[in-house]
This record gives sequence, structure tokens and C-alpha cells, in this order.
Amino acid sequence: MKVVKYITILLFSITLLSSCKKEKNNTSLAIVYECPMLCEGGKTYTEEGSCPVCKMDLTQKDKKEAKELALATDISESSIFNLASEWKTEENKTIHLEDLRGKTLVMVMIYTTCKAACPRLVADMRNIEAKIPKAYNEDLQYVLISIDPKNDTPERLKAFAKENFMDDEHWTFLQGTEESVREFANVLAVKYKQISPLDFSHSNIISVFNPEGELVHQQEGLGVDNKETIASILETVKN
Amino acid sequence: MKTILRLTICIFFLGISNMNCQSKMVPIKGGSYIPLYGRDSARVTIQDFLMDVYPVTNEDFLQFVKENPKWRKSKVIKLFADKSYLINWKNDTEIGEKVNLKSPVTNVSWFAAKCYCEKQGKRLPTVDEWEYVGMANQKLSDARTLKTYNEYILGWYEKPRTFNNVIGSTFKNYWGVYDMHGLVWEWTSDFNSVLVSGESRKDVDNDSNLFCGSAAVGSTDLMNYAAFMRYATRGSLKAKYTMRNLGFRCVKDKNIAQ
Repeated sequence: MKVVKYITILLFSITLLSSCKKEKNNTSLAIVYECPMLCEGGKTYTEEGSCPVCKMDLTQKDKKEAKELALATDISESSIFNLASEWKTEENKTIHLEDLRGKTLVMVMIYTTCKAACPRLVADMRNIEAKIPKAYNEDLQYVLISIDPKNDTPERLKAFAKENFMDDEHWTFLQGTEESVREFANVLAVKYKQISPLDFSHSNIISVFNPEGELVHQQEGLGVDNKETIASILETVKN
Repeated sequence: MKTILRLTICIFFLGISNMNCQSKMVPIKGGSYIPLYGRDSARVTIQDFLMDVYPVTNEDFLQFVKENPKWRKSKVIKLFADKSYLINWKNDTEIGEKVNLKSPVTNVSWFAAKCYCEKQGKRLPTVDEWEYVGMANQKLSDARTLKTYNEYILGWYEKPRTFNNVIGSTFKNYWGVYDMHGLVWEWTSDFNSVLVSGESRKDVDNDSNLFCGSAAVGSTDLMNYAAFMRYATRGSLKAKYTMRNLGFRCVKDKNIAQ
């Protein structure tokens, strides 16, 4: 009887010990093999061997890695489209940043309850928009990202867009999560801190991205001369 | 008697298996304190949480890049890390002879640190959490008023190449956490919340244009020069930056700990 008990305990301990290793092994299960000539189309095998048609040795194919490689060559390394986070637009649509690909992006971080700098920052955005010929609107997207995802729901953002006459197709408002907003701010080098439930300190930066999501220009400060910003937008749109 | 013996054996094995899985953490009892930078000397409340006893080592990070190829030296993308990422490592999966496995990993970006912690089911500490733990010395949970405490940290700032030392080589503080001061600087999740006027990015005296509400964020204790240095450094960082003396450690919320 005692022996049985000991064995159970031992087995129990061993399972515990090996539990860590198992997790690691799981990753290697994803490896599959296929014929280098693709005789049977995309047919893959889980074990090594040779192709039944052409008798060539099967080659390893790491599906995941292949996919990642394809993506990497697609999007440039410094592109913001590498961020995988999900966002909600003011129309309550779920999007990834990559969905904005192909258009020049003018981005700013704001929050709608802001009384101090944000109205001026929004005004700066509108001044920029006013100076860009309407013909380019289709190739442009003005994106306002909320640094207050708790309060700035899609409904609030929509109302804010209407109030400020920024409800046209070329304006987009985004609500993220605290995590994704922090990450995105880091990409823009925007700093912010919540100083009370409805107030944030934040840096006032308007950023321009080319259609591939690469940063081309940043305008810092409020009410500053936007000549350079406009020049950089025009340049990226025309290309 | 025998039951006790069996139980000890069981617990012993359990302990070993846990150690293999994750680095050691200790509980930090929450509380409130006045940080160096805050709004009108407001107290900041910290919830209970668990913190890694040691900074993440080269050995830990090596395991991480082996399992997550996209964070290898040659694979990491420009958006997430600058050119000096893991610069002292020999190659993707070897750290090189001059680097100690037990030294804290440095030359890692915020993105890499964040991902590392997430893969362990943890997260980076907030600035407030880090400072809360960092204000302890060996005996007190808040030693900031002690002259010796500040002198120790400032003394470290003058010592060269402490990042080459191994983890655990500095003091164990009140909470049982090692190496908060004296080894490396550490990333925090919201390092970009630091708004110090005259930050290195735009070095002007009073940049009220760049920061809305900047007047509300000021120093509460200018005597605490050591902490001022930390805040200033955080203010000058960008998330993709990597530095020779900047590492990290992870924390975990108490409620999801079990």
C-alpha cells in the first residue's frame, strides 16, 4: 500500500517538473515538410521522408516563419503598420493601423474633454487641412487618436467630429486601449500623463507618415508655422 | 511523521518546478507616497503587486530570443529597436565571452522589454510602482530622507560599468528586492509620462507651448537629486532606444498571481 502511495507522489512530482518543458516543445510541433517541387500542390507532411511522386527529399517548411518573412518584406521596418493593435473608429468600426496603408497620414494625439491645448491642436490640424488642395483628400487621412480611451468612446468621438466639422471621409478618430495608446505614443515620441480623471498633460506634436507608414515629419508645439508640415504632406502625397 | 516527510518531498519538487518556470518574485504591499514628480504634491496610491527579485539577466533574455526569433539581434525591426540593440552580444543566440550570463541584460528597447514581460504573463512596472519600491533601503520602506540613501545612489552614478556586475551584487531592500540601485537603470511601462520641462529633446527653459498643463507637473523634493536624475533620463528616452546601462525587470498584478 505504502509503495503505491510513494509511486503516486513520485509521478505527481515528475509531471510538475516536466510541465515547463512541455510548453517549450509545443513550438517545434509547427514544423511541416513538403516536396521542394510541389508535385502534390501544397500537400505537407508532419514527418521527414521523400515525395511519393518525384522521390525527392521533403524539405522543412516553417509556415509561421514564412508568413512573417512575407510580411516583413511587405511592410518596411520603420513602418507604424508593424503595430498589431486593434482600434475603434468614430464609426465604431474595428481596424488595424495597417488598414490605413496607402494614404498619407497626418496624426495627432488629443482627448475630447481637454480645455487647454487640444482645441488649439485641433485648430492646427484644420489649418493644415485647409491649406492642402481638396483634390488630394482622397489620398490623405487625418487621424486623431485619443489618449483617453476610457472616456473617448466611438460615440463621443463621433460627436466631437461633428461639433468640429471634422466628420468627412478624410478624418478618422481612433479609440484604443490604455496599452495600445501608450505603445503608439511611444512610436510618435509623444509624452503624456494623466493628472486628474479628466485631465492629461501631453506633448503637442503633429506627425506626418507616408503611405507606407514611415514617419516623414513632426511638427512640435502649438500654433507654430505649418509651412514645413504642409510641404512634407504635399511631397508624400504627390509621390 | 511519514505524512510530513512525503509532504515535504512534494513541496520540494513543487518549489523546484516553479523555479524552473519563472524567475522569483516577491509581494509588494501597496500604499501611498508622494513621488518626486506629481501634481501639487498629490499622494499616489499603489495597489499590491508582485515584483521580480532581480533584473532580467542575459541568460533569461537569451532563452527569450531563442523562443521568439523576431527579437533576435538580426531580426528585430527598426521601429522597435535602434542599432545598438544587444550590441554586446556575439550573435543572435550567443552572448559572447566578455558578457556574463548572470549580468542584467542591457541594450534592450522598451518594446523588447514589454514583450518579454508579456510572454511571462507579467508586465513592466509603472514609474510610480518602480519608484515606490526604489525608495526603500535595507530596513525602511521609505528611506528617501536619509542622507546615506541618497549618497549611495549618487555614489553609484559615479561608478563606471556597473552593468557588468552580476545580479544580486547590491543590497536586498526592505521588500526583498535586489539591485534597484547600483547595477542598471530600468525601463518602466509609462516612462513616456514624464514631462520635465527642458527635456533633452527640446531643450528650452519654459516650453509651455509643447506641454499642456506642464505647470501642474513639478518637483516636490528637489533635494532628491538621485530621483531627479532618473526622471530626467526617462524624459529623454524613446521607446526604441537601447542603452548600455538600461535593463528591466517585470511585475505582476496580485490578483492574477495564483
